[in-house]
Amino acid sequence: MAALDAATQQQLRALAPEVLGILCRRTKDFAAAEDAVQEALVAAAQQWPAEGPPEHPRAWLVQVASRRLTDEVRMAIARRAREETVVSLVPAEAQVALGADDGGAADDDSLVLLFMCCHPSLSPASAIALTLRAVGGLTTAEIARAFLVPEATMAQRISRAKQLIRDSGIPFERPGADAFTARLGAVMHVLYLMFSEGYAASSGDSLVRTDLSGEAVRVTRLLHRLVPGEPEVAGLLALLLLTDARRAARTGPAGELVPLDQQDRARWDRQAISEGVALLAGALPQGRPGPYQLQAAVAALHDEAPSAAETDWPQILALYEVLRNLSDNPMVELNHAIATAMVQGPAAGLALLDQLASDARLAGTHRLDAVRAHLLERAGDLAGASALYRRAAGRTASTVERDYLLAHAARLNDALGA
Amino acid sequence: MKYMLMMNTPGNGPYQIASWPREDLVRHIQFMKAFARKLTAAGELVAAEGLSGPDQAKRVRAGNGGKPVTDGVFPESKEFLAGYWIVQVDSPERAYQIAAEASAAPGKGGVPLNMSIEVREVMSEAPREWQE
Repeated sequence: MAALDAATQQQLRALAPEVLGILCRRTKDFAAAEDAVQEALVAAAQQWPAEGPPEHPRAWLVQVASRRLTDEVRMAIARRAREETVVSLVPAEAQVALGADDGGAADDDSLVLLFMCCHPSLSPASAIALTLRAVGGLTTAEIARAFLVPEATMAQRISRAKQLIRDSGIPFERPGADAFTARLGAVMHVLYLMFSEGYAASSGDSLVRTDLSGEAVRVTRLLHRLVPGEPEVAGLLALLLLTDARRAARTGPAGELVPLDQQDRARWDRQAISEGVALLAGALPQGRPGPYQLQAAVAALHDEAPSAAETDWPQILALYEVLRNLSDNPMVELNHAIATAMVQGPAAGLALLDQLASDARLAGTHRLDAVRAHLLERAGDLAGASALYRRAAGRTASTVERDYLLAHAARLNDALGA
Repeated sequence: MKYMLMMNTPGNGPYQIASWPREDLVRHIQFMKAFARKLTAAGELVAAEGLSGPDQAKRVRAGNGGKPVTDGVFPESKEFLAGYWIVQVDSPERAYQIAAEASAAPGKGGVPLNMSIEVREVMSEAPREWQE
């Protein structure tokens, strides 16, 4: 079977939330509408390569999805008719068409869909999967490939997430002003996690796995277009772009991890960096800083440094000082310790790590060990560093990271033996 | 996050289940089938396989010229992998909960076996925090 070309596939995915929004408003049934749109997307992927894309792709999708939905309603009515003596006089098509309103509210629909898919009552993994399908326009098979699980498992997970939304009675509408900020925060968190998940995926065989980081950037771009006045959304988009810009340089020829200070900066994506920096330049002056803007600012300082040695560590340290006051996040504390070591020397960084050792969220994790090993190495304690690199390797759940840490330990052992 | 749940049984000879009364055998198999159905319905089951018994197992090493040299008896092994599940869950606690449920599969006379289930995280996490 022929496949869709990349441009048509992108177009199809971009249309998915619009079509779903139209159907949701007609039917008031998110779960059923979402299934119907998914079927229409699959039908498009099967028919368009052979027959060529239709003249009006959006209308085509709406029509096919509506037909699926009408069939569903008709079957439901038939079931009820068999079970009850009262038969509805309203024909199925009319029920679907009730409240039909295709006019101009596509943007609002997409935003409402994002709020629904990233509802705090869903687990992050379920929210990511549902967002990819309902807003990202990906098929269940593509999402399953991203998570390396069977398609049936992913289908079940999505269907349960929708059931949860249905049971909780969340209406298909924009949340009120009081809930808006919190719900927007939940959406941003899900997109951030989607990007992180993509980082894990991109370390595997990228030929078969769906590009989750790219999808996260695309959906965040959509979110930024929908709420252009939210500086944290701009900050998140900037952060993802500025991080994703280093993707090509992040792994070596054998798939091994290349740390930031050893990356070939010529391979960084300059266009993504300019876009991220421009977004940040628009967001920061609004005077409403938040964790995403600040993290993006750190990423921008790394990306704009001509070499690792010329990185503006004092300014990065200053940004982490502000971040610490904004959030209670052990990863921020770890990065703050690294920045301190870069500015004031490894001893100052190690002293901060000692204070973190009692943090239950970091105790027993490989990250604390790995950072301490790195600072011990810089302080000249090669034996201590090697032991900690090995311990961190035993604690990580990432194969590429394990290999990276073991390589460090082996290199130090060789130096000690020589 | 993904976890592998490994079900271990005593390693000497064929599975003891072979000598159970039919009624107990059927109850055990029904439990395992219902367990798999439940995990599937929850969208948590990635893979599950039962393995043939210790008496069927071969240990293989490369001999001269890379030819396989097989060895088939394991009198020394105390425990033997009988089957495994790979589950996709939101927390380690959920993986432990699933393991405990599998552990309590009914044995002879319907009494819970309380088998030892080894729980190991599958290495699929993101390589280090991507934010430097």
